[in-house]
Amino acid sequence: MDFGPHLMLASIEGAVISAILVLTAMGLSIVFGVMRVVNVAHGEFFMLGAVFAWAVSTLIGGHAGFGFVAALLIVPVLVGCIAAGVDQLILKRIDYDVDRTIVATIGVLYIVQQSTLMLYGPEARPVAPPFNTRLALPWFEFGADGFQMIWPWGLSVTTYKLFVIIAAISVLGMLWFVLTRTKIGLIMRATQQDREMAQAFGVPVNRVYSWVFGLGAGLAALGAVLVVPIQQAHYLMGGDPLLLAFIVVIIGGLGSLPGTVIAAVLIGMSDGIISVFFSPTLAKIIATFLVAMVLVFRPQGLMGRVAA
Amino acid sequence: MTVSRTTALHFGTLLVLIALFFVLPAYHVGAFSRIMVLAIYAIGFNLLFGYTGLLSLGHAMFFAAGMYGFGLSMNFGGLSVLPAFAVGVLAAGLLALGVGLLALRTIGVAFMIVTLMFAQTFYLVILYFGEYTRGDEGFIIQQAQRNLAGIDLTTETARYFAAFTLFAICFLAMARLVQSPFGKRLVAIRENEERARMLGYDVGRLKLAALVVSGLFSGVAGAAYAMLFGYVGASFAAVHYSIFPLLWVLLGGAGTTIGPLIGVIFMFYLIDISSSFTNAYMLVAGVALVLLTLFAPQGIAGTIRKRAVSWLP
Repeated sequence: MDFGPHLMLASIEGAVISAILVLTAMGLSIVFGVMRVVNVAHGEFFMLGAVFAWAVSTLIGGHAGFGFVAALLIVPVLVGCIAAGVDQLILKRIDYDVDRTIVATIGVLYIVQQSTLMLYGPEARPVAPPFNTRLALPWFEFGADGFQMIWPWGLSVTTYKLFVIIAAISVLGMLWFVLTRTKIGLIMRATQQDREMAQAFGVPVNRVYSWVFGLGAGLAALGAVLVVPIQQAHYLMGGDPLLLAFIVVIIGGLGSLPGTVIAAVLIGMSDGIISVFFSPTLAKIIATFLVAMVLVFRPQGLMGRVAA
Repeated sequence: MTVSRTTALHFGTLLVLIALFFVLPAYHVGAFSRIMVLAIYAIGFNLLFGYTGLLSLGHAMFFAAGMYGFGLSMNFGGLSVLPAFAVGVLAAGLLALGVGLLALRTIGVAFMIVTLMFAQTFYLVILYFGEYTRGDEGFIIQQAQRNLAGIDLTTETARYFAAFTLFAICFLAMARLVQSPFGKRLVAIRENEERARMLGYDVGRLKLAALVVSGLFSGVAGAAYAMLFGYVGASFAAVHYSIFPLLWVLLGGAGTTIGPLIGVIFMFYLIDISSSFTNAYMLVAGVALVLLTLFAPQGIAGTIRKRAVSWLP
């Protein structure tokens, strides 16, 4: 394959990575933005989403489509409820203190990981995609006979991967609508801007926090349900999404949702493209170091405002 | 009077550690050698986190720098134990200086992430040069080489007392340091950075100094680990080893002199005991962490200080 089609293939892989990453990072970003806590267990909610998706689709059986749709509907709600429970049981009682939240969520991380290992086991299990047709993609080039369209061998995308990208975009659209155009969003933004003032105006801040924590975990779980037909469900799969989501949230600017989206696309795409063309370890070294340098010289992130 | 009580506590702790060698069965003597080395690491971390209020999530790189500085200079440079130890500590100090110059431009969560990223880069670099470092597999330092002025450091007794000597030096030095004007200034930065700056302290330089000292202590711990247990591996540079000191210090009590030691002992035996009757020891550790944050937020030593012994250093 030539460089051009190769690059296009890498970009599609990058777009799929971005789509999953943007959902996961969005969850982390909303939780950080509204509650000002760092949720180290976020990756485990992602993992729970994948494992539950496997459980639901196995329980339902039949055509892969039924199981998948059921997982898509049930799993984010289920994981969201678990997260809200964690918030009520633990985070509320330590009063959302930043340092203590980090330690408590590390504890939650261990608990979730080990429970999954005991109940689900160490195997990686796949979920069948609901549809997975391979579409060949054309490529245009100027050859000896002028402009022509060719179909390079190997340049293709599966319908499922396209679906993941479209699904992520539509979820983002809905999220944007809820946050900026509805009363729920208004309440969340009020809580974010001034917790005490919001409380004084009758916003039930504690309930909002539980909802937000649940919503954040639910978004991660949704990303996981989408990824599980591509990548298998495994009890240790939460580590990488956590690290990447962290990077995205910081690079995008803490609490800035547009920044989070931009950073997720940027990092997902470069991850996809770099790992196709370079040695994976070297690529990771360069990428990690660059991320650190961005932060050193622009600590507020790409879209963040300088703290007053 | 508080000064003498503090001194009594510190020397009492050290005496107990000496006594433990004669009282404990062999297995626990080995465990305590390890605990004391790791406690040096926790003490170094505590200076930065507990006293200066800077939360680094990348301390594993300093620990690993000490470890690899020691191991590589022995295996490839042919150095003997003492110079290799110096190389390890120096490597950690220089790394801390470089990281500090860059990372201290950021504050808060960004500082956490920048240190995490630098540590991740360091870890990946170790993997990338797998030809020399042997990557995740690591390498072993031959028993014959681990010999200090005729003393074979691989015997249980020599190992215990080597660990004890290093721990005692670091423990007392740190206890002294945090009571010095320098230590008080670091606490001032933790409590209110703006005010410390208004009072005319060079906050940037003080933070850098704290990070370098913290890195040096971590390097001592890393080099000591390689020296006493003879193994150097990339897993010591991974994220877990940056999280551990945070847990130890928070459990033991951040900003207390004996907190790091208590935290390491507690975590070590928590995992050790629970792994003897269930293989889900991480579950036990997780539950313990959650319970401690709920019921003993200042850590063990911090809670004792708050409830009973207000003079606790």
